[in-house]
Amino acid sequence: MSQADLTMEGHPAGLTTGIPPFSIPAKKMAIWLFIIADAATFAACLVVYGFLRNGAPNWPRPFHSITNVALMTFILLTSSLTMLLGVRAAKTSDKAGAFRWTIITAIGGILFALLHVREWLALIAEGMTLFHNPWGTGLFGASFFCITGLHLLHVTGGVVALLAVGIRYRGGRYNADDLEVTGLYWHFVDLVWMFVVPFVYLLNLAH
Amino acid sequence: MHTPDVQPHEPEARYTDPIRKYIVIYLCILALATFQFVIAYSRIDGTAMFARMLFVALAEAGLALMFFMHLWAEKRGFLLFVVVFTGFVLLAMQYGWTDSYRMEVGAPYSQPKAGVVQQ
Repeated sequence: MSQADLTMEGHPAGLTTGIPPFSIPAKKMAIWLFIIADAATFAACLVVYGFLRNGAPNWPRPFHSITNVALMTFILLTSSLTMLLGVRAAKTSDKAGAFRWTIITAIGGILFALLHVREWLALIAEGMTLFHNPWGTGLFGASFFCITGLHLLHVTGGVVALLAVGIRYRGGRYNADDLEVTGLYWHFVDLVWMFVVPFVYLLNLAH
Repeated sequence: MHTPDVQPHEPEARYTDPIRKYIVIYLCILALATFQFVIAYSRIDGTAMFARMLFVALAEAGLALMFFMHLWAEKRGFLLFVVVFTGFVLLAMQYGWTDSYRMEVGAPYSQPKAGVVQQ
């Protein structure tokens, strides 16, 4: 590195010129770092769940129907597509279209959350709590509610973010980049669900 | 005059691909998700079922990452950063998990040695 590449303080030039790493907007970089950290969190939850499942001789298989989880999966995947269309509209300066697709995405998230809560209530009505259930080891309830609850928390946060960013985007306070960052978060929530469904639901089907 | 070594206006993901492309990716992911449900009802043992489901989930996640999240359209350096850094973090976590598994099954070191009286 030549002397010309250093600033007066002796730092490499890239750190002081205001150009973000990889010359990617700071908000996008921040959400990607958050996504990486959150991926580690969910990976930890799923791996711990795997150890518990392997270690317990009487692991319950309480799911008799896949209708609800299939519908939830369809809604969440479709909401990812609508989010994509919203960001695309924003990037092509179609403000009304971007707002419409963002709200449709949020409605998808709300539907998903309602179906999730309905499923929880049905399991609770069958006698499942955090530490007890009528089918086998009590660890199942703890791991199920923790993993799906953490995901539901992400969905709820995503819906709030979509509504807030969408409204502010329409009002002119936020721009297409803000919508893009929110979209990245929403796709990540969808991505996590792709792992939760097979491991938490489909491997525990009552055949 | 100073010239930064990273150009600020390199192309990044533009999100302006044809809608048809997004719909094709969406249908692919939907098909893979459906395939997982088919695997769940197939008569194979648990380990094989887990392996197949993991493989399909990774394929779904890869499509979502690359095309829904536009990682494929980002700069190659950034793509490498995300993939390598995430991979490193997740693999590094496995260092701890294997030890946890050893403790869980209690083998081999936590087994009582022959002839040693336990207090």
